[in-house]
Amino acid sequence: MSDNLINIQNLTFGYGKELLHKGINMEFQRGKVSAIMGGSGSGKTTILKLIGGQIKPNSGSVSVEGEIVHDQNLSGIYKLRRKMGMLFQHGALFTDLSVYENVAFPMREHTDLPENIIKDLVLMKLNAVGLRGAYKLMPTELSGGMARRVALARAIALDPDIIMYDEPFAGLDPISMAVICDLIRTLNDALGATSIIVTHDVAETFSFADYIYFVADGVVAAEGSPKQLMASKLPFVKQFIHSEKDGPVPFHVSAPSYNSDLAL
Amino acid sequence: MKSLINFFDKVGYSITSRINRLGTAARLFFLILISSGESFKRFNLTMKEIYFTGVMSLVIIIVSAFFVGMVLGLQGYYTLQKYGSSEAIGVLVALALVRELGPVVTALLFAGRAGTAITAEIGLMKATEQLSAMEMMAVNPVGRIIAPRFWAGVIAMPILASIFSMVGILGGYVVAVIVIGVDEGAFWSQMQANVDFRYDIVNGVIKSLVFGVACTIIALFEGFDAPPTAEGVSRATTRTVVTSSLVILGLDFILTSFMLGG
Repeated sequence: MSDNLINIQNLTFGYGKELLHKGINMEFQRGKVSAIMGGSGSGKTTILKLIGGQIKPNSGSVSVEGEIVHDQNLSGIYKLRRKMGMLFQHGALFTDLSVYENVAFPMREHTDLPENIIKDLVLMKLNAVGLRGAYKLMPTELSGGMARRVALARAIALDPDIIMYDEPFAGLDPISMAVICDLIRTLNDALGATSIIVTHDVAETFSFADYIYFVADGVVAAEGSPKQLMASKLPFVKQFIHSEKDGPVPFHVSAPSYNSDLAL
Repeated sequence: MKSLINFFDKVGYSITSRINRLGTAARLFFLILISSGESFKRFNLTMKEIYFTGVMSLVIIIVSAFFVGMVLGLQGYYTLQKYGSSEAIGVLVALALVRELGPVVTALLFAGRAGTAITAEIGLMKATEQLSAMEMMAVNPVGRIIAPRFWAGVIAMPILASIFSMVGILGGYVVAVIVIGVDEGAFWSQMQANVDFRYDIVNGVIKSLVFGVACTIIALFEGFDAPPTAEGVSRATTRTVVTSSLVILGLDFILTSFMLGG
């Protein structure tokens, strides 16, 4: 069995004529927590959508367990997605269902388990994210961090092989952030899963990720372990890690001269 | 010359984008039909939506029907009285409601109450990535979310239209018989003798079924196609009411022509 669960080769993708990805290569190893980092609009979330088969690449390939995702028909894609769990940026909880029903949703849709087993499983998943006591609440009664944890419980409801996280730290307070960091690592190791995190939070990601890809200008600008990237001399990586205002990613968006715009 | 080209460019774009939307709506309609198995296998999903679209619309339907019936009774009486046939008021009220006002006004009220709610709900589900989350869980949102709402609308509309006609006739009865004093026996017997089951009632039910399909598919499509922003959902909700109203009135004319012609 190959060590790589997901392979992305020479991937190009774009909306319209403009290419967002211009030949991306990535490999995600089994059992590891990998992160995709980069500035806003660099196409990080799009990579997750390509892995999940929600969109098709212009060229190149994305394969999961050796199967090319975009070559599958709808039932093939659904079969692959049953191996995946995804945490959306704002949780994407079903607002008309309670916390309990949200976590039970994938079990009810994909299994014929009796209600008492579903109840036990839901409470176990909620316990894993520390929210067993909140099972009766509705999504509107949850804080941002709690909603993210419920969504995580729902993402791992069917014990997926792959867990994808889209901006899991966005808008969270430091305590919730630390909780989510800890959960990502713990759940990955406990379930023997492979995790992919899309984020631009440097400190949190560098503290627990095994491998990191930096995406910029449609290509992988740098990759390596957190230690290797910390020591990197690449200007883009240095600017990103140390939050420098100016560098290869300019402060100003390209524009005509200041004087001509102000008619001076 | 440039402004003329821009004008034709805009007109062309407007026409092609409308044709494109029509095609997308037709595609959604066929996808719903293909994915409808779940709506009947797990009928509780559809029942929940029938409650939401049908039962929750009852108050507006019953109150409106009662007033429409009363106005029909009043207007009809004063017109028929001129020709000495005020006893025919029961037939007039019943035919007007069963053939036209029942299906049409119910559909217009349905579009305003349930149609807008469906569009806003689906639009917000899309904006908050709930539909994407469902897709990523390998659950088809068309089968799980859209199709039960479609069938709920199609089932609820004829029932609501029947209730509308029934309550409207009661409103006409209150004004004509109780308030004005038209003979009660003449009111009911003329209605019984002149309202034909096949020609009037079945045709009315057919109309409300067609309106049910049209209103629900428009509401679902607008929600599904709405840009995932607050402004996008609000525009889609408005479009649901406007498009549904125009389509209902247009379809009513076409259906009536065929029914009277046949």
